[in-house]
Amino acid sequence: MKYAISDAWVITKRQLLLLIRVPEVLIFSTIQPVMFVILFRYVFGGSITSGQPGGYVQFLMPGIFVQTVAFTLAGTASGVAEDMKKGLIDRYQSLPISRSVFVIGKTLGDSALNIVVLLVMGLAGFIVGWRPHSGFLKVMLAFVFLLAFGYALSWIGIFVGLTAKDARVVQNVGFLVTFPLTFLSNAFAPTTGMPKALQYFAEWNPVSTMVAACRQLFGLTNKFGVTAGTYPSTHPLIMSLVYMVLVMAVFVPLSVRSYANSAKK
Amino acid sequence: MKTVLAEHLVKTYRKGHVRALDDLSLDVEEGTVLSVLGPNGAGKTTVVRILATLLAPDSGSARVGGFDVIRHPDKVREIIGLSGQYAAVDETLNGWDNLVMFGRLYHLSKSAAVKRAEELLEQFSLAESARRPIKTYSGGMRRRLDLAASLIVQPKVLFLDEPTTGLDPRGRQEMWQVIEELVKGGVTLLLTTQYLEEADQLADDIVVIDHGKVIARGTSDALKKQVGGEQLEVIVEHHNVAATLEAVGRVSGAKPIFDEGLRKISAPVSTGARALIEVLRSLDADGIHPLDIALKRPSLDDVFMALTGHVAEDEALDDVSKKRGR
Ligand SMILES: Nc1ncnc2c1ncn2[C@@H]1O[C@H](COP(=O)(O)OP(=O)(O)OP(=O)(O)O)[C@@H](O)[C@H]1O
Ligand SMILES: [Mg+2]
Repeated sequence: MKYAISDAWVITKRQLLLLIRVPEVLIFSTIQPVMFVILFRYVFGGSITSGQPGGYVQFLMPGIFVQTVAFTLAGTASGVAEDMKKGLIDRYQSLPISRSVFVIGKTLGDSALNIVVLLVMGLAGFIVGWRPHSGFLKVMLAFVFLLAFGYALSWIGIFVGLTAKDARVVQNVGFLVTFPLTFLSNAFAPTTGMPKALQYFAEWNPVSTMVAACRQLFGLTNKFGVTAGTYPSTHPLIMSLVYMVLVMAVFVPLSVRSYANSAKK
Repeated sequence: MKTVLAEHLVKTYRKGHVRALDDLSLDVEEGTVLSVLGPNGAGKTTVVRILATLLAPDSGSARVGGFDVIRHPDKVREIIGLSGQYAAVDETLNGWDNLVMFGRLYHLSKSAAVKRAEELLEQFSLAESARRPIKTYSGGMRRRLDLAASLIVQPKVLFLDEPTTGLDPRGRQEMWQVIEELVKGGVTLLLTTQYLEEADQLADDIVVIDHGKVIARGTSDALKKQVGGEQLEVIVEHHNVAATLEAVGRVSGAKPIFDEGLRKISAPVSTGARALIEVLRSLDADGIHPLDIALKRPSLDDVFMALTGHVAEDEALDDVSKKRGR
């Protein structure tokens, strides 16, 4: 037990080493969001009125941040599925280390990837005119929030990866789930234009609450969608926290158990 | 002392439809090498995974180094090394990274892990490729790295699941040398293989398994005696079969087997090349020119033939025939 923390750290470092050894991973996890920034900023940005000084990009960036973080879920899942397939998990399990070490190390490692990706995204946003004006502390808090969200999601990724076993399937399924979730939200356009039923969905969508929470922390007043007037849309910070706690409460035990049993199938 | 002791292991898959292990028992004496020999789907990997605490049996018990694998898996993991059927190394990292990482997970200090990694890379002739991504390694290099990873803290008991499957003859030779070195160092080894030759080369004792059951056990010599040592095989044209059967029978002293389809006549012989020459002389005297003649050492197929009376079926074929049966 006394080794649990240092063991988890070894696994985390493995994930970090991966960034150095296979820089493609980092490039591909940033290239797509950067493309989104450019596309939305210059293609749709002109036609979406935000009524916000600084223009559409102020709204866009929080949406992109959340989407980027959400998309890493598929990466976590396919990484775990790959490790399963390659028999690496067998090796870890034959080592005299505690069973939760691998999953904890893995989630922390993927959070570290998120730090780097968010940094790149923040820079890209800055270049195209994103200027948060709520002060350093609140901006940092927003990023901590984003990382926490990503961390919670990575536990879903671990569970999916352990259960599904095929990396390519996982990648696609992950995409099929996260893609609509990020678009049925207030991330890129106001929810006000949606049919009423969708508005409710969009406002309860954790992606929306996260985006709204970030917008609030970045100092925006209009949060792009309070029309349906649900509780989550008016209390995005609290609701986001609730979602994270819920996800962790369900998926941490599930993932740990599924990992412990993964070899027994 | 029995370092590995498995008793009446049963393991089923798919809700009991597949009996991977069917009351299987085996043991390995301290400091010796046991080879588990069997065809695809015999249950080799399943045994190894149970002994390495990765899999729980449905019933039966197993002890490794005196510790029960189900009740004290942690204790077992401290004394074993495992190299699974498919090299389990991190493809995205390089050889050095892998060994240092596993060293750290065995709780070596940073400097000790580095030192041990370098020793092992040297020992397994991987020093030059240590900084290359595993993706660029050959099958043999991967296998060696995987073995190295299981030796980071010298294990008391080593499990190797088909360590040479997929390697070319040279790779196999190299792997055998490495394994022989380890055995000299005193490790207790259980290795699985599909090749009698490999079991012969490396093991003190052999258990032959099929469909999850032990069908024979003994030393390599004892098993080979059961099979009858070397086989002489002659292929001739149809009109020469009778005369050849007679000649081979005379030299062998046993009744030759005739395979109609291949026109192959085979019989066990004990005098090796001498028997070959005698048969050739006799055929020559009769004016018979064989299409092919060879001296074959017994293969796993022959062991199977002798032990079960049927050829070792391939798992895939097995499945097909089951489906047809339905
Ligand atoms: N996870 C699983 N689910 C279902 N059946 C399985 C599973 N693992 C193994 N089996 C079956 O159990 C039997 C024994 O498998 P095992 O992998 O132990 O054989 P093996 O001797 O290692 O074969 P090979 O030489 O191909 O590696 C086979 O019939 C196999 O199909
Ligand atoms: Mg196997």
